[in-house]
Amino acid sequence: MTLIGWIQIALYCAVVLALVKPLGLYMTRVFTGERTLLSPVLGPVERGLYRLAGLDERQEQHWLAYAGAMVVFHILGFLVLYGILRLQAVLPLNPADQSAVAPDLAFNTSASFITNTNWQSYGGESTLSYLSQMLGLTHQNFLSAASGMAAAVALIRGFSRASTRTLGSFWVDLTRATLYVLLPLCIVYTLFLVWQGIPQTLGASVDATTLEGAKQTIALGPVASQVAIKLLGTNGGGFFNANAAHPFENPTALANFVQMVSIFAIGAALTNVFGRMVGDERQGWAILAAMGVLFIAGVAVTYWAEAAGTPLLHGLGLEGGNLEGKEVRFGIVGSALFAVITTAASCGAVNAMHDSFTALGGMIPLINMQLGEIIVGGVGAGLYGMLIFVVVAIFVAGLMVGRTPEYLGKKIEAKEVKMAMLGILCLPLMMLGFTALATVLPAGLAGPANAGPHGFSEILYAYTSAAANNGSAFAGLSANTLFYNSTLALAMLVGRFFVKIPALAIAGSLAAKKTVPASAGTFPTHGGLFVGLLVGVIVIIGGLTFFPALALGPIVEHLAGQAGQTFATGG
Amino acid sequence: MLTHLRPALVLTAALTAITGIVYPLAMTGIAGAIFPAKAAGSLVERDGVVVGSALLGQNFASERYFHGRPSATVAPDPADASKTVAAPYNASSSGGSNLGPTSRALLDRVKDDVARLKSENPAAPVPMDLVTTSGSGLDPDISPEAALFQVPRVAKVRGLPEDRVRALVAAQTQDRLLGILGEQRVNVLALNLALDAGR
Repeated sequence: MTLIGWIQIALYCAVVLALVKPLGLYMTRVFTGERTLLSPVLGPVERGLYRLAGLDERQEQHWLAYAGAMVVFHILGFLVLYGILRLQAVLPLNPADQSAVAPDLAFNTSASFITNTNWQSYGGESTLSYLSQMLGLTHQNFLSAASGMAAAVALIRGFSRASTRTLGSFWVDLTRATLYVLLPLCIVYTLFLVWQGIPQTLGASVDATTLEGAKQTIALGPVASQVAIKLLGTNGGGFFNANAAHPFENPTALANFVQMVSIFAIGAALTNVFGRMVGDERQGWAILAAMGVLFIAGVAVTYWAEAAGTPLLHGLGLEGGNLEGKEVRFGIVGSALFAVITTAASCGAVNAMHDSFTALGGMIPLINMQLGEIIVGGVGAGLYGMLIFVVVAIFVAGLMVGRTPEYLGKKIEAKEVKMAMLGILCLPLMMLGFTALATVLPAGLAGPANAGPHGFSEILYAYTSAAANNGSAFAGLSANTLFYNSTLALAMLVGRFFVKIPALAIAGSLAAKKTVPASAGTFPTHGGLFVGLLVGVIVIIGGLTFFPALALGPIVEHLAGQAGQTFATGG
Repeated sequence: MLTHLRPALVLTAALTAITGIVYPLAMTGIAGAIFPAKAAGSLVERDGVVVGSALLGQNFASERYFHGRPSATVAPDPADASKTVAAPYNASSSGGSNLGPTSRALLDRVKDDVARLKSENPAAPVPMDLVTTSGSGLDPDISPEAALFQVPRVAKVRGLPEDRVRALVAAQTQDRLLGILGEQRVNVLALNLALDAGR
């Protein structure tokens, strides 16, 4: 670890924090329907859309109608995307003559993109046409992210409202998130990325003649516009197979820095939206503080582990950190920081190959996802995931003092806690259940590229990433098979909707309750004690659930590596 | 559920058109007008021939050139499409080795590379980045140490004084942005073009 490395980390945190308030203010105005700077331009477009759709923007929905609208919307998106992928061979904008995507891969990819996971069983440049990338994937990048923000805003309304049956309109929240938040940011961001060197062209690939006279076929495409939304929407699906490690997706140190900021920007600012909408910004800062504690701890471990390097390479007389799978322009710190951010935030874009990280360095991304990606998290998904943990933490606090727990004046009762536990438990069920299945079935065991405990980690990482809707991978796993495509798709769908729908149920139940005025006995939820309690609950629940599985994978690999043991594939 | 169908259909169609067609096409048009060279992939031409992209590494095996990092990219096997063969710096199929920290395949590969580099330049320690593959397999850069490590070989083959080659490396070394962000690095293609230009 170096001083300059820590300065980069500190600078990163400072920039993200500086964006929280302005972006939070802007998004609060957007979701409460107030006028913003962009209203003169976008207002007519927005109202036109509602008229076409036969919507009254003041017509609000009960939580069941809100959830129903969301489900119908995603089923439709799924069908459209599946259709495009299956038909890409006969559709336009296919200069490389890519053939139709196979049924199981198309199913997996469609599930992956509607759930904001962007798990990729395929190599983008060698599988998809430009039309599939643009019309199929880019638009789902927007809409799955917008839908996540909508759910978070609905849950916030559950806390901020009292004695009402409605949570707002899914259609209005979805449209506003897309038009006012994601689209304008992406337009500016795309231009920045092209300025840094990311291609944005519909031209076919170019054949270069290298200095040594060989032919190098350079894949191109409308890359920058997709990279912008893949990060801002915490989608993570790359245009190219190597994702943000590819110089065309992440060409410079500045691009890398801004990409890292953009992954956290909206998610972090949503905590401020929460604070503003419940009428006390300190509540938002307390939640962000809990996220920050977990984040810094993760960064410190991964940076330390990667900078320390591996005994395997040091045994050959080499010095320095682990550079296998990393790019020179980002170095150790730029890769380690990116890995922690992308898994904390449900993004899943990678600028280095996590599969080649040290055992402990690769364990932190795994833990980040297993906790449910509540450290800033996916846009929207992170906040509603964290608020589910808040419900449990408040419940635990209530048990300790023998008093009905309250949060922001709302009594937390049996229904909320049951729904919170449903959301929390479905993730380990998917992650650990499918991992167990894959390790006993021949179809599962055919997947890993590495032998020994690292092979187990590859499988565990895949289901963890899928259920948590992250999408990053220990990419050595051969996941483009019928078994992995279908089980991973199932994990993604359950991991998304069995958290999101319980979150909306909590919102509906809370919105119907009266607000209890704070008294001397009320547990203050904006101070250090609450932050500590929340972090403790998260770590205990995560630790109890996942420690055995981690012991079989990264921990045993670390110990074996320290003892100088290696594992041969096929052995 | 039926009440949701009309807004679902209309908003899916309209937002798909906006975000999936208008947005990428408009950005392609605008970016192409403002940054034409970059939007087209930062292609580098020499004597009217495209020799590569300034952002992508390419395979250098000749002793006359500085070498980039090892690359783990592959291409379909011409004999059997279900298999792949090694194809370093394949810019139409990016990817890393994905070998883990206790992989014997990784150990064997690095061991061979270290032995080869040690025989080439026994005086200096072997730089880590010259024996590890990058995440993309297309890393355009090497560390300044990795470039300096190769100076004796390149100077000897080209019959140039080592000091001149070393000065060339220094001129091509890019510092961290504002002295803080990223790492010091040398773009291998740019360095080799400068080498050829100065012959």
